[in-house]
Amino acid sequence: MDRTQLLIGVAVALFSLGLVGVIVRRNVLVMLMCMELMLNGVNLSLVTFAQQTATTVGAVLVFLIFVVATVEIALAIPIVLLLVRDKRTLDLGAYNDLKG
Amino acid sequence: MIDSLLRNADSVLLLVCAAATLASGALMIVLRQPMRVAMALITTMIFLGAIYGLLGVHFIAAFQVLIYVGAVMVFMVYVIMLLEVRESDGPRYSRLLVPGKGAFGIAAFSTAFLGEYWLLFELTSVLLVAAVVAALAVIRVSRDSGNRKRHG
Repeated sequence: MDRTQLLIGVAVALFSLGLVGVIVRRNVLVMLMCMELMLNGVNLSLVTFAQQTATTVGAVLVFLIFVVATVEIALAIPIVLLLVRDKRTLDLGAYNDLKG
Repeated sequence: MIDSLLRNADSVLLLVCAAATLASGALMIVLRQPMRVAMALITTMIFLGAIYGLLGVHFIAAFQVLIYVGAVMVFMVYVIMLLEVRESDGPRYSRLLVPGKGAFGIAAFSTAFLGEYWLLFELTSVLLVAAVVAALAVIRVSRDSGNRKRHG
């Protein structure tokens, strides 16, 4: 199998695993980590395509995704901490009143 | 046998890293305790960094390990240790992995980043400032609501 095909396959599999994790798991922190896994899959596909076309734009985009992922976690974790302080649990079922 | 393996060491290593990435990614969904999930995610990210290194984008590999494993996941592990205290009393272990690694092959990236894509660089700084302000605002909101609960 071609190297590009292999890497794109891995990227798609990582994204799907993260999506399944976000849907299936009930722990809020585990859901956050599965979102990170999805971002990692996207990063791998970007790097692969950038290598294939021999451009630097993919690397720039990956770097920006690093920054955005860090900011996302830095904001999501205080929110989770506040929710846990309010509800005393990490289980998703307790947060039903967030449904608007 | 060994000869052909050595000649294709690049592809073999790539295959091994891809398989390990997928395996630890699948472990993330199966494992029950959040700390073990975090360890599986760290394993995934380190093997992804190895894949980036094998592809030749060394500075992205370095940033993958430094930013994701060094910053994001250490933060996550701390929060899991902070919140896990009253949920489960299983064994907890944390391993902070920050290998010292220089950044190389970065010249083309830097000139493109600061020359052609300078607007994105500036937007990054705006994003970071917004994140700091938002984090402070979240803390302020929690303090205010805590005061309101205590007084009223």
